Amino acid sequence: MEGLNIPFNHILLVACLLFSIGLMGLMIRRNIIFILLSLEVMLNASALAFVAAGAHWGQADGQIMFMLILSVAAAEVAVGLGLVLQVQRRFKSLDMDNANRMRG
Amino acid sequence: MLEITLFYIAATVALVATVLAMTRTNAIHALIYLIVSLLAVAVIFYLIGAAFAAALEIVIYAGAIMVLFVFVIMMLNLGEKGDQRERQWLRPSVWFGPAFLTFILFAELLYMLNGIEGPASTEAVSAKEVGLTLFGPYVLAVEIASMLLLAGLVGSFHLGRRYLEREE
Repeated sequence: MEGLNIPFNHILLVACLLFSIGLMGLMIRRNIIFILLSLEVMLNASALAFVAAGAHWGQADGQIMFMLILSVAAAEVAVGLGLVLQVQRRFKSLDMDNANRMRG
Repeated sequence: MLEITLFYIAATVALVATVLAMTRTNAIHALIYLIVSLLAVAVIFYLIGAAFAAALEIVIYAGAIMVLFVFVIMMLNLGEKGDQRERQWLRPSVWFGPAFLTFILFAELLYMLNGIEGPASTEAVSAKEVGLTLFGPYVLAVEIASMLLLAGLVGSFHLGRRYLEREE
C-alpha cells in the first residue's frame, strides 16, 4: 500500500463526528459506565485524527501518539472502573447525581 | 478506488455503531456496539497504511479495555431494573440541550478543517519506522507512559481491594 489515497479531510471529518458523538454521550448520560464509554469514544476519535495526520505527512509521530493515547486510555479505564465499583457499593446506584457531594 | 469505497463503508459503520452505543439502555448492548465501532476504526487505520496501529486497536481497545468493561458490568449485575431507570433518563428534554451545544462545537470543528494545507506524503509509514522513532527521540515518553500505567495499576488495586474487603 502506498501513500494516502483517501481524502485527508474526510478522515478528519469522521474523527470530528466521532468526537462530537462521544461528547454528546458524555453530557446526556448519567450512568457512570456510559460516561466512561463516552470518554473511550472521544479518546479513540483523537487517536484517529493523530494517525490520519501521521499518514498524511508521512511521519511516524502520529502512530506514537496513538500508542501513548492507548496507554492513557488503559490507565484511565482501570481507575475509572475501580471508582464504578466504589460508587455502586456506596450509593447502590450508578447515577452520577448521587455522587455530587464532597465528603470523605 | 477500492480503498476509498471501503473507507466510506467503514466510516459509516463506525458512526452508526457509536450513535447506537451512546443511546442504548442496556450496558452490554452498548459495549457490543462500541466494539463494532472500534473494529471499524481499525479498518480505517489499515486503509490509511497504519497496519500496526490497526492491530493495536483490535488487541488493546476491542480486546483488553472492552473486556474490563464486561467484567465490571457482570460484577455489578444490573438486570432489568437498571434498564428501566436508563430509559427514564433518556428523554428528549434531557438530551436536546447537550446535543444542540455539541452540534455547535462540531460546526466549529468543521469550519476549522478548511484551513489544512500542505503536500501529502507518497509513502506509508512502516512499523519499523514507528519503532525506531518510539525508542529514539520518544524514549522519555515511553518511560512516562510506563509510570502512568504503574499509577493506574496501584490506583485500581487500591480502589478494588477496599471494595472486596467491605463486602465480606
